[in-house]
Amino acid sequence: MVITTEGLSFTFGKQQVVNSLALQVPEGSIYGFLGPNGAGKTTTIKLLLNLLKPDAGNIHIFEQDIKTNRISILSQIGSLIEQPALYQHLTGRENLLNRALLLQVPTQRVEDMLDLVQLTAAANKKAGQYSLGMKQRLGIALALLADPKLLILDEPTNGLDPNGIIEIRELLKKLVAQHGKTVFISSHLLGEIERMATHVGIINNGAMLFQGSVADLQSISKPLVRVDAENTVDAANLLTRHHINVTEVTDEHLLVPYISKQQMGEINALLNKNGQTVYSISKQQKDLEKLFLDITQSA
Amino acid sequence: MKGFILSFRSEFYKSRKTLGFWASVMLPLFIGVLLFVGFYTKSEKLVSMPPMMLWLQFAGAILGIMGSLVLPMYIIFIAYSVNSIEHRADTWKTLFNLPIPRWSVYAAKFFYAVFLVFLCLALFVLFTIGFGNLLSIVKPELRFDNFHMEKELAQIYFKLFLSSLGILSIQFLLSLFWADFLKPMGIGFICTIAGVVAASKGWEYSYLFPYAHPMAAISSMLKNNHGDPANQLQIDVFTKDVFVSMAIAVVVFVAGYFIVQRKSVK
Repeated sequence: MVITTEGLSFTFGKQQVVNSLALQVPEGSIYGFLGPNGAGKTTTIKLLLNLLKPDAGNIHIFEQDIKTNRISILSQIGSLIEQPALYQHLTGRENLLNRALLLQVPTQRVEDMLDLVQLTAAANKKAGQYSLGMKQRLGIALALLADPKLLILDEPTNGLDPNGIIEIRELLKKLVAQHGKTVFISSHLLGEIERMATHVGIINNGAMLFQGSVADLQSISKPLVRVDAENTVDAANLLTRHHINVTEVTDEHLLVPYISKQQMGEINALLNKNGQTVYSISKQQKDLEKLFLDITQSA
Repeated sequence: MKGFILSFRSEFYKSRKTLGFWASVMLPLFIGVLLFVGFYTKSEKLVSMPPMMLWLQFAGAILGIMGSLVLPMYIIFIAYSVNSIEHRADTWKTLFNLPIPRWSVYAAKFFYAVFLVFLCLALFVLFTIGFGNLLSIVKPELRFDNFHMEKELAQIYFKLFLSSLGILSIQFLLSLFWADFLKPMGIGFICTIAGVVAASKGWEYSYLFPYAHPMAAISSMLKNNHGDPANQLQIDVFTKDVFVSMAIAVVVFVAGYFIVQRKSVK
């Protein structure tokens, strides 16, 4: 395990922000840390980075206690917390050079990072004039500068356009697959995490609701088949008669638990054969809200 | 120690393009040029003065406002500017998750502020001497070259530097805590006024109040020479207000270190 926490708790005033959290982040994983805004994700990350002191519990990173091995642990972590912290009066390159100085990284690495996040052309522009996406990319470059073994990223795709999101996703996948890094990434978007994560932790109100591999999550998240039909009630009755479980019927659509692509095709064929007009048929992921409900109800 | 040096270099790198750094150079230069122009244009009134009085007039014009106003305000500004770099960029969190001990980050920042104050005061000495000698070249009738007080000037400004450390440490801690300039500025301004009043009214305990120290440093700088004119310019650097200032700086610096150790980055 790269990160292990036991009974991690933290309170702001009277509010319990993190509640007895037990994280298990395996080496070489992309660990998606999911939760709605205000669930305690950023606070947890600050605890992991020793920026906040936990009220209770232990944090072990690289099998070392953060309390006693702060410097050696931090030297192997690259992080991006909330919006990237940039010196607005310095250029993009100067921001990297300043950090390279502090981390004693060769300056060639600065050019490599600028190249990696495609900011070479804007390297001499003041960071204050960067767009949100450019700032985010520079923040990722800063996190990667010292070639850390563990990357901790707090909502790194915030403010990025779809291309930017894909680039970051591919970059993170590459770092894990080719360079053996471990990535701990927080997000409030389930879809984003599903596309890259190998492991998932779901947190709400400071408590862990689910933790496991993505395959485990999918077995809980149970995707649905959404059928838009001319007459949804008749279509639902037809499906029920053929022993297909219909979970929801409205005027516009009906929902059936997803099993496989073949099953989707069979439903479509069945409805067509029996004279039902199907407007569309699609696989639908439960949104995070529903997933939370499912997980909390099953727990 | 390595972490301290790296952090100190980074402080310079970050601030070298900011007003905080350039103020330390521009302030003595500006005041020096102003005085130079003043003495140059009013030279006919000053021709009759003996060289020593000329120097005292020239250096005294700066020192008079230095103790009461310029130095405390400059310190308030410097203490704020080294901390505001991090407040504005929201970079405390990145500073404190560097693989560098927290005390190095904190101490480097503090000593960088001390360095800026030292730089500024050293330049005051340099520009006072430089512009004085320049006056004797462009206006040979002003006999600046017939008297030398480089050593005394250096001593006076060194005394001012030591007496400013108390204020600096307090303002540094205030600026570390509050991102809002008005708070440290407001507190500093009120305390400076109180300090000036206390020192100028000769309040017997004013030597215990750090904001009175620069003013006290000026008024206590001349050794009591029992009217012997030959010793008129003997500078007494280590007076009790200077010791109090240094003691306050050490105490506040160490206390600040423990506060930073416990400080959570919200």
